[in-house]
Amino acid sequence: MTDDLEQLRQALQPAPAPEGGAKARALRLALENFDRHQASAPTTRPINDRPEPAGRLRGVRLMLSKLTTRAGLAATASVAAIGIALVIYPDLRTRPEPAAVQPATLSVEKAAPAAETAAVKTEMADQAAPAPQPAQDMMLAEPLAQGNAQSAPPLAKQRLRVEGAARMAAPATPAPAMDALAQTESFYPGDAALPTRDTEAYASATPNPLKIAAEDPVSTFSIDTDTASYAVIRSSLTRGTLPPDGAVRVEEMVNYFPYDYPAPQAGDGPFRASVSLFPTPWNKDTQLLRIGIQGAMPAVQDRPPLNLVFLIDTSGSMDDPQKLPLLKQSFRLMLGQLAPEDRVAIVTYAGAAGLVLDPTAASETTKILAALDRLGAGGSTAGQAGLEQAYAVAEDMAADGRTGRILLATDGDFNVGLSDPEALKSYIARKRDSGIYLSVLGFGRGNLDDATMQALAQNGNGTAAYIDTLSEAQKTLSDQLAGALFPIADDVKIQVEFNPATVAEYRLIGYETRALAREDFNNDKVDAGEIGAGHQVTALYEITPVGSPAQRTDALRYAASPESTGSDELAFLKLRYKAPGTATSTLIETPIPATPATPDTDARFAAAIAGMGQLLSDPKYLGGWGWDQAIALANDARGNDPFGYRAEAVRLMRLAQSLSR
Amino acid sequence: MRMETADEDLAQAARDGDRPAFAALVARHYDRIHALSFRLTGQRSEAEDLTQDICLALPAKLGSYRAEARFTTWLYRVTVNAAHDRRRRAASHARAAGGWGDWEVNRRAAMAEETQAQDWLTRTMRQLPPELRDTVALTLGEELSQKDAAEVLGVSEGTIAWRMSEVKKRLRTIARAEDML
Repeated sequence: MTDDLEQLRQALQPAPAPEGGAKARALRLALENFDRHQASAPTTRPINDRPEPAGRLRGVRLMLSKLTTRAGLAATASVAAIGIALVIYPDLRTRPEPAAVQPATLSVEKAAPAAETAAVKTEMADQAAPAPQPAQDMMLAEPLAQGNAQSAPPLAKQRLRVEGAARMAAPATPAPAMDALAQTESFYPGDAALPTRDTEAYASATPNPLKIAAEDPVSTFSIDTDTASYAVIRSSLTRGTLPPDGAVRVEEMVNYFPYDYPAPQAGDGPFRASVSLFPTPWNKDTQLLRIGIQGAMPAVQDRPPLNLVFLIDTSGSMDDPQKLPLLKQSFRLMLGQLAPEDRVAIVTYAGAAGLVLDPTAASETTKILAALDRLGAGGSTAGQAGLEQAYAVAEDMAADGRTGRILLATDGDFNVGLSDPEALKSYIARKRDSGIYLSVLGFGRGNLDDATMQALAQNGNGTAAYIDTLSEAQKTLSDQLAGALFPIADDVKIQVEFNPATVAEYRLIGYETRALAREDFNNDKVDAGEIGAGHQVTALYEITPVGSPAQRTDALRYAASPESTGSDELAFLKLRYKAPGTATSTLIETPIPATPATPDTDARFAAAIAGMGQLLSDPKYLGGWGWDQAIALANDARGNDPFGYRAEAVRLMRLAQSLSR
Repeated sequence: MRMETADEDLAQAARDGDRPAFAALVARHYDRIHALSFRLTGQRSEAEDLTQDICLALPAKLGSYRAEARFTTWLYRVTVNAAHDRRRRAASHARAAGGWGDWEVNRRAAMAEETQAQDWLTRTMRQLPPELRDTVALTLGEELSQKDAAEVLGVSEGTIAWRMSEVKKRLRTIARAEDML
C-alpha cells in the first residue's frame, strides 16, 4: 500500500523555512568556531554512534560538544555578561562596588562582590567550560547553568541585548567587547583563544567624480601597472563571494589584460602612446577616450644583469596552502627565466629577520631551490627588520650596470616593528633613491593588507601583484617577468587637458589611488608609476561632448559661456617620464582629435572590463547597463586570447552576476 | 547565494583552512540541515538548536570528510548522528529531571502542551521507532534513493527496503487504530 507512504511523504515535504535570525546566528558562530579551529588545529574525529573506549579528554570533549544549546549557552551567556561588564567598567577590578556590575549582569547573585569579578569569571568559565577534567564534574555545571537561565529571558534576545549594551556603552572599544563575546561563545571551550577575524585592508578611494571641462579642464594622474586588484577579485569570486568594494580598482583590472598596441619604433623613446575615441557601451550619448601606452621590449639578451633579493615573509600567518607553498612554487617558476649571470639572495622575516641564502648566481639552481625548500612558516612578522636587511643585502650586491630589485612576498601582515604604513612609505621612498626597486607579491586571503602592499610598491618604484594561483604566478613571474623586473621609464605621469569647446564633462575611470595634483605634473620631485619592459597601460575617460543629451550638469546662468578657441580638438595629451636612473623628465605632447571611430576588439574588451569594475564597485554612471550587457560585450571582444585570460574574465563576470542576484 | 563551485571542492578547501569556502558551504547547506533536522526531530525549536550545534561542530568535523563520499551524503550522516546524540541526551535529561526544580517541571509541561497540539504527522512519527523515523525522514522527507539512504545510515540497501515495508505495515496499523477511535 503505497498510499500510506504517499500520505506520509506529502506530510513530510513542507519543512518549515528556517528563521532568518537563527540562520545568521548559526553562520556567525560557525565561522568563529572555524577561525578558532584553524588557530588551534586540533585533531578531528568523526562522529561515532557508539562510545569508544577512549581517553578522558575525549569523553569530556564529547560531553561538551553535546551540551544542549540552551543549557550550554545559558551558562556562557552569563559569562559573557560579566566579560562585558569588565569592558564597560574597566576600573571595576579596583573599585569594590557591586552595584556597578548589575546593569549588565544577568546572573546577579553569582557576581556579587565586584572585586572578585575576575575570579568569578574564571571560575564560571571553568565550570561551563572545563579544560581536561574528570567527566563527572559536568553534572555540577549543568544544573548551575539551568539555574541561571531560569531568571533569564530567551537566549537570543539576551545576547542581542548584551551586544547592544556593549556597543552603546563602549563605542570606542569595539574590539575588546567583541573578543569577550567571541570567547564566551566557544563551542569547544578551551579553544577560545585567538578569535581571528578577517583583517583585510584595502587601498580604497571613492570613484573619480564627474568633472566639468569648463571649470576643471585638466586631469593629472600617475600610470599604474599593478594587476593585484583583478587577482583579488578573481579569488573572491571563485570562492563564492563578491569582492569588497575597496578591492576593486578599475585601472588594475583593465591593465591586467594584454592588448595589441603599436610598439615604439627604434629611437622613438621607451614607449608609445596611442589614443582612440569610440562610443560608450553603456551610454550612447557619451564617448570613451582610451589612452594606450606600449612599453618597448628590449631584446632579452641585451638586458642588464639583475640582482634580486627575495624578501620572504615566513611568519605564522603564511602557513597556508595558498601562501608559502604557492610562493615556493612561484619562485621556482621564475628561476627558470633568469639568466646565468643574474644573482639571487633570500632574506626571510619572521620574528627575527635573517639572510637565508647569500648572493648566489642564478645558474646554481640546486642551491637556490634547496634554500627555498628549507623555508618554514612560524612566528610573527618583523616587516621592518626584514626590509632593512633586504635593502642592506641589495646595496652590498650593487655593481655597475646591474639592476637591483627586492621582491617582497607577503600576505601583507606587518605586525612587528614598523607597522605604520606612512612611516614605512617614507622609509621606502628614501631607499628608492639608492636605485633599488621594490616589487610586492601578495599571497593568500584573510589578512591581505592590500593598502600596505599598494603603498610599498608605489613608493618603491615597483609593481604590486597578487598571486592566487600557480597560473597567475606563471603570468606574473614567468611570461611577463621582463616587465616586472626591467624598468624602461620611471615616474610616468599623464596629463590631459580637455577642450571646453568640444567636451562638456569628463570622468576618469579608475586611477583613484593614483591621482596627482595639476602642478605635480611638472615637478620632477613628485614620484609616479614606472613602466617595465613590454608593459602596457590603458586609461579610459568617459567624455560627454558639448550638446550631448547625456550631459548631467546644467549650464550656469551667470557664468560666461566657454570662449571658443577655434580649435575642434577634443583634448591635449601630455606625458612625462624619466629614463631609469635620471632625475629630469622628458615631455611628450600630442593633440587628440574629436572624431569617434569604430572601436577595435581591444577597445571593446577594455570597455567591458571597465564596466565590470564599475558594476562591482559603484554602477551609478552605467544606467540600465548590467551584467548581461557586460558579458555579451566581453564575449564578443575576446579576440585572439592566446592565454585564455579574456575567457576567464567572462567566466568571472558570470559568477559575479549570479552572486549579485 | 548562488555559485558554481562544487560542494566537494568547497568542503576540501574549507578543511584546508579556507575561510570563505567554509562560509559559503555553511550558507549553502544551512537550509538543508535545518529541513532534515526538522524531519528528524519534528519540532522547530529542536531543529533550530540541532542545526546550530551541527554548524558549530562542522569546522572540527570537516577533518573527517573524505572526497570519496558526496558532500551531501556525508552531511546527512553527520546530521543523523547528531540527532541521535541529541535524542540520547534528551533521554538522560528526562531521567535526571526529577531533581531540577520548578523551572524544569514547567518547561516539561509546556512541551506536553505543544505535543498535544501537534498533528497527524507528529503523532505518526512519534509512533515509529527511531531507526524507522530516520529512514522515513531520509527517503520520504529528503527524497533520497534507498541506496543513498543506506549510505547515509551505514546499513545495507536491503535493510532500508525492509524498514520501508515495516513502515508501511505500521502505518496501516496506526490508520486502523485511528479509525477505531
